[in-house]
Amino acid sequence: MQKVYFCAIIYPVSGDNIMEDTICAISTASGMGAISIIRVSGKEAIEIVSKIFKGPDLKKVKSHTIHYGFICDKEETIDEVLVNIMLAPKTYTKEDIVEINSHGGVNTTNKILELLLEAGCRLAEPGEFTKRAFLNGRIDLTQAESVNDLINASSDKQRSLALNNLKGTLNQKIRNIRKEIVDIIANIEVNIDYPEYEDIEVVTKDLLMPKIKQLLEKLKAMLGAAKDSRMIKEGINIAIVGKPNVGKSSILNRLLDEEKAIVTNIAGTTRDIVEGSISLQGFLINFIDTAGIRKTTDRVEKIGVQKSKRVLKEADLVILVLNGHEKISGEDENLIKSINKKKRIIFINKSDLKMNIKLESEYIVGNTKDDKGLDSLKEAIIKKLNLEHINKDMTYLSNVRQIDLLKKALKSLEEALNNLETMPVDMALIDIKNAWNLLGEITGEVYQDELIDTLFSNFCLGK
Amino acid sequence: MYDVIVVGGGHAGCEASYACAKMGMKTLLLTMNKNNIADMPCNPSIGGTAKGVIVREIDALGGLMGIVADKSHFQIKMLNNSKGPAVRSLRCQADKRVYPKVMLSYLESNSNLEIKEALVEDLIVDDSKVEGVVLDNKEKIYSKEVILTTGTYLKANVLRGSESIPSGPHGEGRSNLLSDNLKKYGLNILRLKTGTPPRIKKESINFSVLKEELGDDTYLTFSHDIKPQYEINKQQKCYLLYTNDLTHEIIRKHLKESSMYGGYVTGVGPRYCPSIEDKVVRFSDKPRHQLFLEPESIYYDEWYLQGFSTSMPINVQEEMVHSLVGLENAVISKYAYAIEYDAIDALQIKPTLENKVLENLFTAGQINGTSGYEEAASQGLIAGINASLKIQGKNSLILKRNEAYIGVLIDDLVTKGVKDPYRMLTSRAEFRLLLRHDNADLRLREYGYQIGLISDEQHERLLQKKENIKKLQQELKDEKLVINEEVKKIFNKYDILIPKKTISYEELLKRPEINFAFLKNFKEFSYDADVLEQVEILLKYKGYIDKAYKEAEKLEKIEEKEIPEDIDYQKVRNLASEARQKLSEIRPRTIAQASRISGVNPVDISILAVYLKKEYNKNE
Repeated sequence: MQKVYFCAIIYPVSGDNIMEDTICAISTASGMGAISIIRVSGKEAIEIVSKIFKGPDLKKVKSHTIHYGFICDKEETIDEVLVNIMLAPKTYTKEDIVEINSHGGVNTTNKILELLLEAGCRLAEPGEFTKRAFLNGRIDLTQAESVNDLINASSDKQRSLALNNLKGTLNQKIRNIRKEIVDIIANIEVNIDYPEYEDIEVVTKDLLMPKIKQLLEKLKAMLGAAKDSRMIKEGINIAIVGKPNVGKSSILNRLLDEEKAIVTNIAGTTRDIVEGSISLQGFLINFIDTAGIRKTTDRVEKIGVQKSKRVLKEADLVILVLNGHEKISGEDENLIKSINKKKRIIFINKSDLKMNIKLESEYIVGNTKDDKGLDSLKEAIIKKLNLEHINKDMTYLSNVRQIDLLKKALKSLEEALNNLETMPVDMALIDIKNAWNLLGEITGEVYQDELIDTLFSNFCLGK
Repeated sequence: MYDVIVVGGGHAGCEASYACAKMGMKTLLLTMNKNNIADMPCNPSIGGTAKGVIVREIDALGGLMGIVADKSHFQIKMLNNSKGPAVRSLRCQADKRVYPKVMLSYLESNSNLEIKEALVEDLIVDDSKVEGVVLDNKEKIYSKEVILTTGTYLKANVLRGSESIPSGPHGEGRSNLLSDNLKKYGLNILRLKTGTPPRIKKESINFSVLKEELGDDTYLTFSHDIKPQYEINKQQKCYLLYTNDLTHEIIRKHLKESSMYGGYVTGVGPRYCPSIEDKVVRFSDKPRHQLFLEPESIYYDEWYLQGFSTSMPINVQEEMVHSLVGLENAVISKYAYAIEYDAIDALQIKPTLENKVLENLFTAGQINGTSGYEEAASQGLIAGINASLKIQGKNSLILKRNEAYIGVLIDDLVTKGVKDPYRMLTSRAEFRLLLRHDNADLRLREYGYQIGLISDEQHERLLQKKENIKKLQQELKDEKLVINEEVKKIFNKYDILIPKKTISYEELLKRPEINFAFLKNFKEFSYDADVLEQVEILLKYKGYIDKAYKEAEKLEKIEEKEIPEDIDYQKVRNLASEARQKLSEIRPRTIAQASRISGVNPVDISILAVYLKKEYNKNE
């Protein structure tokens, strides 16, 4: 990662501030174990976690205590967690530390991490907790060298990562957007620094707002692409739902058999099981069987159900399996309703038996006894996910950090648009610069006098 | 033996010598020509975007430029008045005859300050310590500190076409040997260039075809301490005009005859201040360029043709000027010229403005690679302050980037060095929302008071203002407006949305369309205008201002992490080689400054921080 210190030109932004940011990271090895711990360290640790935590007021609790509650994304409950509060200085980093113990799997943990980033944390660099521990005098000197090496190693990795990640199209795309933004910024700056040059177009609100809207559209498209990219890197999640005994497992097994399942039975999302993964059109496809979606009053079960709903919500595609031999039940109807807004395929199984089902939606008919309909199912998957059209060569934004920066840039531009309603252009400029800066952090190739150079190369000024 | 010798009586030298004298130092100001003290060899204005804020800062700290400008201008306006408060800035048309006179009277009023005409040729140096100066008659004058503010006079060459005359501005002498001697002591010397446009005889200008540019119709001052010294309706006008196709054709035809394009110039010119031939070449698609005519003084009949700086030979200048609408019959009283001069490498300067190579030597102004009267004056002030503080054995004054444009200016200089003459721009200040015209006194006056440049009386006024701000803020919170029929009528009259229920004045004032003038309809807040302004700005832009303070606070934290002067970067393992080289060269004072050096990456900063902790804070 390349930090951007825009000393002379840029309004300071979220940008990393060595020791002053509040940082977070998943501190347990990913994908393993039943509990994952997300650690947050820094001055604002408690404040930030409070924003996403429902439970006792963390600002009032004693140091070194554990609290039960829920991590929430606005109204939606993400996970049931235990939170450890440790106040400075008796902590690993000698700063305030909050540790969130999540029982969820990879997706839940990632979601919590994303929420923390949105709430104001910065993703920790590798070794940064240890670095802080050392700089704050927590770790003794004998460990200094290893810290040093650690930082150095991670930087090499980052350097090469940054290079590999950002070749070609993506880099060009962000550069183009940044160029558009810097041209706008430079124009506004010239209006400010040379207010009497009437030959230079004055960037007014009316001129600026449509431009920002255009930029927002572009960034949103990139975020969409980032999702495709996640599918490339982490695989596509397909949830299979249906009542018990409709033949989910046999369909799944047939698919896995045919395509020579790469893995089977890996503990994956929440309480769900990745039943297996296959490769389709070069994409990794993970099949997830969800717990039944039933109405319940039991509290613990309720959480399980909420999680299932979340899995459904986050799945890239849902396959609903129905038993063609039976009529549609109320439960089936509820299932259909619950996936109404998702990309979905309805597979009517047991076509070898007498078909009693009536359904108005589009569906595929088949059975696992004589392998009917399975090819159509695969084709449908490819079609629904648009797999043929996702360009795999394109290196999209992929990691959490980059997506986070992109989201923040988007938010900044939205704020600019918002503030323009009541604020002068030079104030909203602060948000625009912020966005420009954040995008610069993604490409990591910002140099200090970029704006000043643009100013003088684009405009004719003088005394 | 003097405490401080200041070499050069330009804007930097004036502030430096006055500050030293006022701080009780026995001060000698050496100038080649007493008549040129506080001379304005280029544009006849003080202030401008960002620069105007610098003048306010100089005034807040106890310098002279603001008050002298207030007493000598014939037009003043607030630039960017329609924009946000962060970018507003004052500019005045200072009278070129009056300004130096007023300045000189201030200098002469201090008995600690002696002014002497002399040309300095060398420094007295012993073991890298400066002990005084050597004049051209070989006379030695000793002092504890020396401040060089030599402007464009070091090995100056005036250029017009192929002609290159060894001379300072307007035919003044130049200093031939000083920069060579500085080089001898280990200072890096660079060659810079600037230029000035022609001056036109007033009676030869056809004003009737030109567009008038007026001053503001409200009273304004740079100074925090005096009432306006002018009458609004007696302000002088400036005029706007344009180049045209013919002008551009003449320039293109004679391009090779200009010093720049003929290859007669070695110095690097400022990007922000290109000559007219530069503009025509670089922006060939532009059909016209904007120019201004500004009076130099109400006592002279010379007008300054802003935007028309050139290094063309005289005959071409005549042709060019006569191609302009309104100047067909113009008589040029002074021809434009470019001037090259020696400057020192700003990377060899500390943030106190003391030299890293030669102890007890301070430098300020164009010798440090900047351009502009205001930039020079502010450095002069800081150099004077720090030279005096050093003699007094006190801590230096280093303004931070979030405290003052002056802080931004000096930090940029000593951290990044200079390639072309440096001019302040608002866009260079990342905290410009905090560095406003309106709060210069709130930001800096306390420093001026501690140093001894601000009197008890001035300080008392500051405290009073601060208290009034607090009082008014509380009042706005406490006092509420009840919405009755009467009140509704007034809102309707001004076409302003009526609040739904009883509302505090604070909430009301937050709304962009509401100001104190409107609130007067319901309640009078009787405070000084500057208090009202301050409170309104802080309320209306609270969101952005709070964010800026938060970022500034973070910066301050790492600004506090100092790097020991004796650090050996060769011993810091794992630094990238570019970072190692840059750090060794620039020798940043703090971790924050290190992080602003281009080529020094976050990883290098981490490594450095770890190293410092290990080597220097073992016992913490």
